[in-house]
Amino acid sequence: MSSKEMYREYLLDLYKFPHNFGTLQKFTHEGHHSNNSCGDMLFFQFYVKDNKIENVMFTGSGCVISIASASLLTDAIKGKTLEEADKISADDILSMLTVPISPARIKCALISLDALKSTVEKSK
Amino acid sequence: MNLKNDFPLISGSNLSYLDNAATTQKPARVIDSMNKFYLINNANTHSGLYDLSEAATKLYEESREAIAEFINADSDEIVFTRGATESINVISRTLPALFGDKTHIIVSEMEHHSNFVPWQQLAKNNNYILNVIKMNSKFEIDYEELERGISKNTAVVAISHVSNALGTIHDIKRIIDIAHKHNAFVLIDASQSIPHIPIDVKKLDCDFLVFSGHKMYGPLGIGVLYGKKEFLDKMPPFLYGGDMIESVTVERTTFAKYPKKFEAGTQNIAGAVGLAEAVRYIKDKTLEAIAEHEANLLKYTLNKLSKIPGIVIYSPKHNAGIISFNIPPIHPHDLASILNDYNVAIRAGHHCCMPLMNKLSLPGTVRISLACYNTYEDIDALINGLNKALEILK
Repeated sequence: MSSKEMYREYLLDLYKFPHNFGTLQKFTHEGHHSNNSCGDMLFFQFYVKDNKIENVMFTGSGCVISIASASLLTDAIKGKTLEEADKISADDILSMLTVPISPARIKCALISLDALKSTVEKSK
Repeated sequence: MNLKNDFPLISGSNLSYLDNAATTQKPARVIDSMNKFYLINNANTHSGLYDLSEAATKLYEESREAIAEFINADSDEIVFTRGATESINVISRTLPALFGDKTHIIVSEMEHHSNFVPWQQLAKNNNYILNVIKMNSKFEIDYEELERGISKNTAVVAISHVSNALGTIHDIKRIIDIAHKHNAFVLIDASQSIPHIPIDVKKLDCDFLVFSGHKMYGPLGIGVLYGKKEFLDKMPPFLYGGDMIESVTVERTTFAKYPKKFEAGTQNIAGAVGLAEAVRYIKDKTLEAIAEHEANLLKYTLNKLSKIPGIVIYSPKHNAGIISFNIPPIHPHDLASILNDYNVAIRAGHHCCMPLMNKLSLPGTVRISLACYNTYEDIDALINGLNKALEILK
């Protein structure tokens, strides 16, 4: 597959100017996930109030696909309950990205999902 | 030198294939030799008392001879395997029978996992000590540390001839001499050097040398284990089964002489035929001419790459045609994906050298690796692709 589609402005903007990038002063949950084979690392923090994710931030480093997907995922879980966030699937992430992801890069797109699960897990 | 037309997959294509350390493309004559084997020579070896089987046996043994001659070994010192990984596993599983009281193994932190994990696991399972020699600031093995680390307790030193991740050419003569001074066995992993650098196992006084066929213009699924016959004779078999025996009764089995002792089951005869043809191809073009072409191309590439702002190169200037680099903060996978759009195939990642990447404090690098058929146009396509990637990602 050509990455011309994968590297559309839309994703590049989310990589260059990621949403919800940084750390929270006040947080209730934190978790992370790293992929040793590509070196990507994502750290998530939630501030949960009344069982709702009121705020979320992430930091870390990775490729265009992993940073863009973390941007989109953190946008998507704001205001959701932990249970709702926990139900987000790999397919959900791939459809959030809206562009087709080549097979070799799917794992890049899913690092954020694993970081999310690890953060939710911490509350169980 | 322009050999592209000898290689059907890239001939007339606009693909710049620069991932040759992973696997090389195959010349038509190698593919044809294997086709011919299946079309007119296919039979099992050594057992059939009919013309076809005799012809197949002859081709298989002639292949062994061609490969032996290529590294100046005797043909009975050449064992066919599935590849370098299997060759190293055969040695790490059978050579310990000759270790005596020695319990110390030396590898380097620059090894490919294939020459690292088998020794690490051997050490773990037997309470041996694994000594991992460090890399110095010039991307070379620290030979002084090797001298300090080796002792009369060292059973084996296992080191690559050329680093698959960085391209460094190790002074294997020096390593072999150091090992032999302490009566240690030496295994040289020649997977990355065999298509670039002439090797003479007798001159080197090398105990074991391994390589894969597919990285030297040969087919997949065939590799070589060279061992000195005095050691092959004493080592126990690795796999048991047909063809590796002399006689079998209900009570006991006596094994065939080397190299057959290490070739249990029906062998990859077409693979051996293809690999021998790859060796003949290299001999026809001459390793000297190939090495000269690749050295010129390497110089051109390093010169062009060094002009890219922010690039960090992790390869020594003099090397076997491999350049590892990063353009921080761009992720190697992003560079690889965008280069793919410009029909440039390169590798990005840890190159099966996670201990080395840890040493460099990197998750991975972008790696280009050259072969005899690469051209200046391939390098120009690489540089153009990298500049486009910088425009897109910066």
